[in-house]
Amino acid sequence: MTTERLRIEIGGLVQGVGFRPFVYRLANDCGLHGWVANDSRGVQLEVQGSPSGIREFMHRLTRESPARARITSLGSKPAPVKPAKGFSIRTSRGGEAAAAILLPDLAPCDECLREMADPANRRFRYPFINCTQCGPRFSIVSKLPYDRANTTMAGYVLCPECRQEYTDPLDRRFHAEPIACPVCGPRLMLRDTRGNRLATGDEALQRAADAVRDGGILALKGVGGFQLLVDAASSPSIERLRRRKRRPEKPFAVLYSDIGLVERECHVSPLERTLLCGAERPIVLLARRTGSEAGVAGNVAPGNPNLGVMLPGSPLHQLLMSMLQRPAVCTSGNLSGEPLCSDDTDAITRLGGIADIFLTHDRRISNSLDDSVVREVDGGPLLLRRARGYVPAPVELPPEAPAVDLVAVGADLKNCPAIARGRRVFLAQHIGDLDNRRGLDAFEQTIARLRESSASPDDKLVCDLHPGYVSRRWVLKQGARATGVQHHVAHFFSCMAEHGYSGPALGICWDGTGFGSDGTLRGSEFLQWDGASTVKHICCLREFPLPGGEAAIREPRRQAAALLFALPDGQGALREFLQSNFSAQEGRNLSRILGKEELAPRCSSGGRLFDAVAALLGLCQVTSFEGQAAMAVEHAAQGSASGRCYPFALTAGANGRVLDWSPMVNALLEDQRRGITTGERAAAFHNTLARMMLAVAEAAGIDNVFLSGGVFQNRRLAETTSALLRGRGFMVHSHRLVPPNDGGIALGQIYYTRCMERCGSDAAEGRSVCV
Amino acid sequence: VGHGSGGELSQRLISELIRPHFDNPWLRQAHDSATLCPGSERIVFTTDSFVVSPLFFPGGDIGELAVYGTVNDLAMSGAVPRFLSCSLILEEGLPMQTLDRALASMGRAARDTGVQLVTGDTKVVERGKGDGLYINTAGIGVLEHSEVIAPERIAPGDLILLSGDIGRHGMAVMATREGLEFESPLRSDCAPLAEPVLALLNAGITVHCLRDLTRGGLATALVELAESAGRELVVEEAAIPVSEPVQGACELLGLDPLYVANEGRFIAFVPADRAVEALAILQGTAVAADSRVIGSASTGHRPRVIMRNTIGSERLLDRLPGEQLPRIC
Ligand SMILES: [Fe+3]
Ligand SMILES: [Mg+2]
Ligand SMILES: [Zn+2]
Ligand SMILES: [Zn+2]
Repeated sequence: MTTERLRIEIGGLVQGVGFRPFVYRLANDCGLHGWVANDSRGVQLEVQGSPSGIREFMHRLTRESPARARITSLGSKPAPVKPAKGFSIRTSRGGEAAAAILLPDLAPCDECLREMADPANRRFRYPFINCTQCGPRFSIVSKLPYDRANTTMAGYVLCPECRQEYTDPLDRRFHAEPIACPVCGPRLMLRDTRGNRLATGDEALQRAADAVRDGGILALKGVGGFQLLVDAASSPSIERLRRRKRRPEKPFAVLYSDIGLVERECHVSPLERTLLCGAERPIVLLARRTGSEAGVAGNVAPGNPNLGVMLPGSPLHQLLMSMLQRPAVCTSGNLSGEPLCSDDTDAITRLGGIADIFLTHDRRISNSLDDSVVREVDGGPLLLRRARGYVPAPVELPPEAPAVDLVAVGADLKNCPAIARGRRVFLAQHIGDLDNRRGLDAFEQTIARLRESSASPDDKLVCDLHPGYVSRRWVLKQGARATGVQHHVAHFFSCMAEHGYSGPALGICWDGTGFGSDGTLRGSEFLQWDGASTVKHICCLREFPLPGGEAAIREPRRQAAALLFALPDGQGALREFLQSNFSAQEGRNLSRILGKEELAPRCSSGGRLFDAVAALLGLCQVTSFEGQAAMAVEHAAQGSASGRCYPFALTAGANGRVLDWSPMVNALLEDQRRGITTGERAAAFHNTLARMMLAVAEAAGIDNVFLSGGVFQNRRLAETTSALLRGRGFMVHSHRLVPPNDGGIALGQIYYTRCMERCGSDAAEGRSVCV
Repeated sequence: VGHGSGGELSQRLISELIRPHFDNPWLRQAHDSATLCPGSERIVFTTDSFVVSPLFFPGGDIGELAVYGTVNDLAMSGAVPRFLSCSLILEEGLPMQTLDRALASMGRAARDTGVQLVTGDTKVVERGKGDGLYINTAGIGVLEHSEVIAPERIAPGDLILLSGDIGRHGMAVMATREGLEFESPLRSDCAPLAEPVLALLNAGITVHCLRDLTRGGLATALVELAESAGRELVVEEAAIPVSEPVQGACELLGLDPLYVANEGRFIAFVPADRAVEALAILQGTAVAADSRVIGSASTGHRPRVIMRNTIGSERLLDRLPGEQLPRIC
């Protein structure tokens, strides 16, 4: 009988998913000798045996691979036959550039939950139970390859029983790197606001649950960092949290112990159910049922028909929630806009003034990351914040783009940098805002981490064109080769990259404000990509002033005044609006600055149009958090099925076409005089925007349309627009796993730069070399 | 216009375009004024040009500015201001009474600060080629102490003293120009600063560094010093006084008072053990009566400025890249 030996290399999501034990069992099944090992690129193995055994092995290798594994490459070549010594699992080696894909953090699997609930199991009520199918991954890794020694579990010496499980290829915890038990693993600890240890183990858990039940604010060390928990039914506790966190109105998410309770409070579609129960365990934005607000106080999400809901993402959360037996508000343990706290000392210093008590443990967090936020839009998921559960899964670019090594720094708010290696783009976790010291520190650390995982001396840096962006200034200070990409071009290419698309396309990029190549503030761009070398701006909204720049963004009423100021024959309406929404002096001052461009720069922003309409509808005059006004308009429309639409005009402008909103604003005002409900007017406003987008798409005549920018977080607008465009034969592509907001900018910066490298062009819209 | 705003563009204009043509050791001091040692006496020399619209505003006018601006630069070296030159650039058609009013005000300011105006020049430019009146002054002062007052002397632990509320000059000028009105009137802080500085030095207080806040405001002054000194500076937001009308005007225009111009405010870096004493001396003078400690130089080596708010959030202050543009998306 002949003997063959084969060397096999596998790339993809193959580490930390039980792949090597699977190979071990399979090789034994097929009667083969050899070995398997992780390396920085994936899994390497050699098998030796009869040709039929090897054939069977190869056949079953891809078919029967573990549920969480994803093979993206598989290569094999003959190798010299060696003495047969059985099959072994070798320990990993580090080495060259790590291209192996690491798994995100995974929620506890059913099997582990069963064990945790079983009094006879040695991990009964153990909050750090995990296996090869579940548990922490990215958050505990300090370097690749993914081995216990390279995680924050390195310091825990395995007890004999854990060692047995870890080394037994037939055990479901074989090489479960974070394996732990009450004897040898991490322990819970309860601390007061000065860091004093109050209790450990089950007692710590019990007292933490009691504290929440008694109305206290609990800081809980979660998977990616600290979270703040309070009883969701207690409005005084929530009020206290709001006061201490200086977060007067922005909605909080709610953590539930199980899906049944969620369904009592909210409508849950099949997709939403899948998202809620998936291993990623994001916060899912759901529509609340009317009249069932028993478990959740009104000030959790004031005036909001939706609720952000989450199920336990770790065994610790599961235990705590089942002890608590009621939903809890669960929000990031940070100060507004800052990255979250991930170690005890930092948390106690920064959150000491907010939390009453700390439930923590001694397993270090290596990569801190926030909870992800997702919403069902147009029949699919739409990630609004990409972090725990999703990072570090890469996005794969279309094959034709050349593989220049790039680091893209993204935008300044909702910052999220990315690195490109070959066709893969690794987007970092949502970092937050860069205007604060801790945000900038996290930004620098994250970029350093991204780069050390696969070092490249030739990284080219890519940033936005906005001269005030901290991220851009950071890039310019590095002295490396740098390129700038226009903000909305980046949004557009981010959406195309996510869909692996490279042909001719129309990009509809609507957001708050992005810096245009001509120095104007844009936010309603229609961009045309020829599929080869050129992006052209073909249309945007008619401009209106932004009185007081960033200050106007906090005051939608100013934006409304600006819109009326720019409205032909709007003087009467402006006077009336100023009178009813400002003091006489404020009104006079505002009128004086509206016409002055240096004090009220012109903008063409979709987000600001939403703000203005929110104020005109009387929904929101002054905001306390970003996006509040636009959300209010969307929520107002949520109750109306009206298909009405206001008139608008598509006219020729100096730089392409211009969408003139003035007929719409006139009609909106007229409706108000006629006493049409706010809901119906808000719905008609959404319908009009969708019609505007259709009109421009038809004028452009390009089949593939990509929707991007923060405005498309609005479900009503995204769905109406998509349906309308599809009805006329357009192929509509929306974001799915990359946020439409500025969290997706870095991906677009990379993809656009790659496309420009390919065609050697530098004349396209959005291209500008940093000097 | 951005090149004159005191932000990043001004900085680049100076370091890339102007300084290379005149490089010498005195210019390289990169301070508000240059210290020269012609004989045994150390003298201090500086110059400044004054362009403001309108020429007269609540709390001051171009004449006062032209004297105080230069006197203050001398004072920031710890010098006693002595002599001043004055060049006038007049636009054809400037009413004589206007000029007279400005000059009278200059004379009063010079007398009040004890400087002698000893030389000058006048030029007239065609109508439309000037904003009525530009003034350039140069000043000479004498150092009567041996203290070296410069950014390099800023040491970890030094406390930062601010002489009063910020942003009044910039907002008073802008409100007058744009015709804006507020509950309580906005008045410029335009004032001479030699008195409080000399009071500190005469009391034997070690002063490591002084800087008057002009264009670019408090934030720009701090950033420049952090960079020249190679130190991290930390300031407390709550300790920085901003008057209600300045706050209101800034909110209306979307400006940050930290970046708004002042003409009668300065910061002093003083070793912590002398700070209480220094503060008492400053508070005893009329122009610095509202002095307070706003922060300190930290042990950090990254040259940057951190502003901490009351809940512990830390914002990084940087130079303005020209105008203030919104970043919210
Ligand atoms: Fe954007
Ligand atoms: Mg000066
Ligand atoms: Zn498991
Ligand atoms: Zn154990």
